[in-house]
Amino acid sequence: MNVIEADGLVKRYGSTWALRECSLAIPAGHVTALVGPNGSGKTTLLSLAAGLAAPSAGAVTVLGGRTPGSPIALDGIAFVAQDTPLYKNLSVVDMLHLTSNLNRRFDKASAQARLTELGIPLKRKAGKLSGGQQAQLALTLALARRPRLLLLDEPMAMLDPLARHDFMATVMAAMADDGVSVVLSSHVLAELERVADYLVLLSQGRVQVAGEVEDLLARHRLLTGPAAEAERYSERLSVVHASRGGSQAHLLVRQNATDGPLPPGWESHPVGLEEFTLAYLREPDAAAPPGPGRGPDAELSEVTT
Amino acid sequence: MTTLAALPAPVHLEDASLQPLPWRRMAWVTWRQHRVALVGLAVLLGSAAVYLWLQGRQIHHAYGTAVGCHAATSGACVNAINYFTSTYNLTARKIPALLIQTVPALIGAFLGPPVLARELENGTFRYAWTQGFGRWRWTLAKLVFLAFLAATAAELFSLLWSWYYQPFIADGQTNPLAAFIFNLRGVTFAFWTLVAFAIGGFAGLLIHRVVPALVATLATYAGLALVVGVFLRQHYLTPLIARQQNLLASSAWVTGNWATKGGRTVFSFTGAPTNNMLGLFCPSGVTVKPSSGLVGGFAQCLSQHGYTLWASYQPASRFWPFQWIESGWLLALSALLIAATVWLVRRRVG
Repeated sequence: MNVIEADGLVKRYGSTWALRECSLAIPAGHVTALVGPNGSGKTTLLSLAAGLAAPSAGAVTVLGGRTPGSPIALDGIAFVAQDTPLYKNLSVVDMLHLTSNLNRRFDKASAQARLTELGIPLKRKAGKLSGGQQAQLALTLALARRPRLLLLDEPMAMLDPLARHDFMATVMAAMADDGVSVVLSSHVLAELERVADYLVLLSQGRVQVAGEVEDLLARHRLLTGPAAEAERYSERLSVVHASRGGSQAHLLVRQNATDGPLPPGWESHPVGLEEFTLAYLREPDAAAPPGPGRGPDAELSEVTT
Repeated sequence: MTTLAALPAPVHLEDASLQPLPWRRMAWVTWRQHRVALVGLAVLLGSAAVYLWLQGRQIHHAYGTAVGCHAATSGACVNAINYFTSTYNLTARKIPALLIQTVPALIGAFLGPPVLARELENGTFRYAWTQGFGRWRWTLAKLVFLAFLAATAAELFSLLWSWYYQPFIADGQTNPLAAFIFNLRGVTFAFWTLVAFAIGGFAGLLIHRVVPALVATLATYAGLALVVGVFLRQHYLTPLIARQQNLLASSAWVTGNWATKGGRTVFSFTGAPTNNMLGLFCPSGVTVKPSSGLVGGFAQCLSQHGYTLWASYQPASRFWPFQWIESGWLLALSALLIAATVWLVRRRVG
């Protein structure tokens, strides 16, 4: 089952294109990181999946073919929007009661226990909580609905490192306990590296890279060697991004079976998610090659330029 | 890592078994989110009601004494009625009516726009409309609950007002169809409140911000009330025609006058005759009787010159038919506005 599937998805706001011909398929059972520069369409994609907005063209389905915003999609998807909107004048208890009234399932006991554990006073107004506490409250409300898919839009933007860590710990615990699929957009690459096992990189309203993190990283290497030789050597390789630091050059390259041995003076390192993402963010025109074993969805995830 | 084992049942089976959440779930939600406005409404109407009750008892007492006067045609008794009428004219009869004219607009403007505009303004629609209840059902439930509460409160208040105002109708000084009083008595008050609320809800959705939507609601309501009172209401039923002399000022809403001589219309006017006309036909002045007013006196002068003054009018006995006509179309307009609001929300504003 694909938790989100988009086919030629277009969203325009007036003359602004938020998504252009965006096609992707995010399989269930992953924590998917949705990354991309500002204005690349992350929030728009999540809004469309949550059923808050309608596509201008193309189609998007959720939870294996359901229309976003349909009763069953609303029932199975919990969305925590950017800046975690809560009713500021309602107390935490009221927010719990409100959410339980608005949903078919709501595990109030576990939500209350979770908030108590986090030291969030139940009587306090939501608007008087700290940024981290508000984010935790919004997340707790979302998880208590026992969703099959959790959508998080920039959930960590306003959090300090400790709160970020706690927030992601909660997400991961829910993932482990309930098998909820998670799609989160974020700028905090370091945090994503710890949790994400699926990556969707958006650029200018299109999917630039999509795939399982392990798989994507395995097909890239970071080569370090003398800067003077970098250009000549690059010609033989599929370079995503090249950078220089003093006399050293760093090349993030796609790994091919046909690549020869490293020239002397060059070293090869595995790539981390953060480096990988940064390299592709810096090169909006670069596309990741479709690798083996990416399943039937691979075609959808490819970029057509 | 895979959850393919937890594959859902075939789509159509699962969808069919998903009953919508019961409407009553929204009762607490609506109350909790709008209780400040609802309590404010209760305080406003409650304190006005206390005032009307206290003042009304005095008025009823004074009126009872005046009409209880024995030998009703005696000078003393006529004076007693006149004294009643003049004592309570401005502060009890006119000013409260004027203030209460604003009540439907205020209820509508403070209760209606926040329903959607506050959510859109604060971004909380992204919370509310992604919950299991569903966006259009959420909108419909809120609007209907609040509309019902507002209209019910308004109707209760209007009943009290009808009682309060009764002596002023009974003393024959006010036509119950008069523009400044017609919509405060009977049932239309509740429906004017309803339409003000529906305008507010719709404005909130269109404008996305509470304060501008509130202002727009007040302006729209005022415009509508003015147009209806001045132009529309008199056309609800075909007016009757009678000789002006035979009309009682208090029982007919005169919508036009015209004078004839020899079977031909000579001139016509609405409202009061101009000073020109009075000077021309009544050089020695007009006798204004309480029963027929200035126009009645003018009709007498005219008849001395061989003219007949006619009037098209709505009789006071049409109060209830007019009430039902006005309530009917106000209800239809409110339903239309609420339906349009829900439809627009369903179509997605994002």
